[in-house]
Amino acid sequence: MTGKNSPSPHTSASAPADKPQETNDTKLYTIIVFSENLAGVLNSVTNVFTRRQLNIESLNVSASAYEHIHRYTITTYTDERTIRTLVKQLEKKIDVLHAQYFTNDEIFIMDQALYKIATAKLVENREISKAIRLHDGKIVEVNNTYAIVSKEGLPEETLALYEKLKGFDCLLQYVSSGVVAVTKSVREPLAEFLYLREEEKRAMEQPLDL
Amino acid sequence: MTQKITGAEILMKALLDEGVKTLFGYPGGAIMPVYDALYDYRDRLNHILVRHEQAAAHAAEGFARVSGQTGVCLVTSGPGATNTITGIADAMMDSTPIVVITGQVGTQMLGSDAFQECDVVDITQPITKWAYQIRSAKDVAWAVHRAFYIAGSGRPGPVVLDFAKNAQLELAEYVPGTIDFIRSYVPVPATAKSSIIQAADLINAAKRPLVLVGQGVELGNAVEELKSFLEKAGLPAGCTLHGLSALPSDHPLNVGMLGMHGSLGSNKKTQECDLLIAVGMRFDDRITGKLETYARQAKKIHFDIDPSEINKNVEVDVAVLGDCKKTLPAVTELLKATDHAEWRDSFREWDALEKERVIEPQIHPAEGPLRMGEVIRRVSELSQHKAVMVTDVGQNQMMAARYFRFSQKRSVVTSGGMGTMGYGLPAAIGATFGAPERTVCLFLGDGGLQMTIEELGTIMEQQAPVKIVLLNNNYLGNVRQWQQLFFRHRYSFTPMMNPDYEKIAEAYDIPARTVTDRAELDNAITEMLQTQGPFLLQAAVMEEDNVMPMCCPGHDVDDMILTSEELSH
Repeated sequence: MTGKNSPSPHTSASAPADKPQETNDTKLYTIIVFSENLAGVLNSVTNVFTRRQLNIESLNVSASAYEHIHRYTITTYTDERTIRTLVKQLEKKIDVLHAQYFTNDEIFIMDQALYKIATAKLVENREISKAIRLHDGKIVEVNNTYAIVSKEGLPEETLALYEKLKGFDCLLQYVSSGVVAVTKSVREPLAEFLYLREEEKRAMEQPLDL
Repeated sequence: MTQKITGAEILMKALLDEGVKTLFGYPGGAIMPVYDALYDYRDRLNHILVRHEQAAAHAAEGFARVSGQTGVCLVTSGPGATNTITGIADAMMDSTPIVVITGQVGTQMLGSDAFQECDVVDITQPITKWAYQIRSAKDVAWAVHRAFYIAGSGRPGPVVLDFAKNAQLELAEYVPGTIDFIRSYVPVPATAKSSIIQAADLINAAKRPLVLVGQGVELGNAVEELKSFLEKAGLPAGCTLHGLSALPSDHPLNVGMLGMHGSLGSNKKTQECDLLIAVGMRFDDRITGKLETYARQAKKIHFDIDPSEINKNVEVDVAVLGDCKKTLPAVTELLKATDHAEWRDSFREWDALEKERVIEPQIHPAEGPLRMGEVIRRVSELSQHKAVMVTDVGQNQMMAARYFRFSQKRSVVTSGGMGTMGYGLPAAIGATFGAPERTVCLFLGDGGLQMTIEELGTIMEQQAPVKIVLLNNNYLGNVRQWQQLFFRHRYSFTPMMNPDYEKIAEAYDIPARTVTDRAELDNAITEMLQTQGPFLLQAAVMEEDNVMPMCCPGHDVDDMILTSEELSH
């Protein structure tokens, strides 16, 4: 076993230390991308960001409600002008079906976090379990060495519990899933896009039937 | 049940079904099964053996630019593939349809650092429309048809097919087919009816309209539609570098090239027009000069097939998305017939000034060494302005763009977005195959020629009729010009010692002639044009000549200098 497997709580649980702040020009945007489920698409999606050296704050890729279509939720700090073109460049990728950007007031977002803490500290300091309750965290596993706390919420809420636990010097590990988001809009652009494409395909095939 | 054949042979059949007749390539280990299959298809597929894989990509580009068909290149894995990268990136920037087929080690060896293994798909993803690894013989036909559909449709561009060796050897059935629909890919965006009406309204209301013609017009095969559009409303039009042959040079509404080394009139009037109408162009920084001040006074319309170009560099009032072959006539129909004669005439005082101060001294110098402009103009005249102009990059390119004249579409083969030195010679080879009935004149400098000079071997072997006009000034001329103007005359590594190019040409059995004397120029050019096959004409031109006029970097587009003396610093 190397030292890498037994780091101090301070290094292992170092988290979002140097987050870029929002400025007059830049803010946090959430981009929702739908693509065909093919190898290599993730790379071509992230290429659009790396080309501009835009740091991706969080990235979540998972299956969508549609078969064979993947859904990406990406957050990044940038300005309106950049994000507008960037989203169109994402959509231009051959296997990307739809891409759209949102500000936080246009979407429901959720983050899932896990906190691994030292059982000894938990037992010796009652404030820790109190903080977990106050932050609506769930203790999902306890053994002699560690306990695991789970919490879902807005990114600032999961982060707040992280800051609190860090203050108690009990954190062994911390991980956040990165946000997932659904839109508040009553329209479903992907469904509309897929419908439109289906219609176009039918129209193209028509002359062949003659 | 049809007979099973190798993946390599399926590639041959699929290429034939896509209408491919010519490919440019270079064999190597991981593509050997394909070359073995090709051996039996030599009667149907004309393979041009280049001397370096970069040249295969550029030749495919040159082929595509003049013919409108997708160029194909075939190379091996590892270094063979990486050598094509410059050409792929060039094709991406300039919207040139090419399909690059690279060999790859067998799938079972991927990730093992096998001999000549290289992650080509990953490397090329940012510089292609599509990059795909063919891992099974069953995928070959699908991938080839998809590649050609993607490369040639919508805004064209390069596609890479990375062909694993085991897939080349495996057996599968070939089922002929085509692809003309991909759910996630919308090659031509829908045109909003309202955008057509708004565009027509703006044009009808404009007093001082100016059209910017880009390569999109030729790519969209809309040269005639553009002409009708311009002529109905009397719209003056400037052309981008790639758009130069989309409108005949002598058309009364043509106000010359746009941008850094464009015509004085078109750039001055960009800042005076009340409506700017961009057609199939992307507001490159070489066109706009300083963006913050670019045509602020004007309303703007942008016709484009690529939605990501809208508002990318310049915010516009109306975006007309779609295929300009359809959108231009739709707008034209709504235009009031008018001529804007006074506005058109107002360009002419600038034309006269430019002619006197810049053009005449370039094309009709009374004395002194040969100048680039006069050589280019005489080549153009003596080929009745009907030749294909291929250029390398640098002063030769800007001078050719300024002084060559165009009467036919698809006559410009040059590296615009990437500015790839070394592009000229291989692209010209490709152009001779893409337009075998046309004269192909290549203008290049002593720097660019040496970057891909090995292709003289390809020219020799193919007897490719490239009329090579070497404008030799013993400098990397364009950088030297910038050093003179902006770096206090400090010629850091731009003077260059040259070999004896006539001897080199002789070694390759290419007829050559050097001209230094103005009195011999016509005779030399005529000899070049009348010689069957390739010819190298070396013109010893003024060493420290500058491309003028010039909009200096970071300056307003109408802030042009006519001579280097005007620059005070």
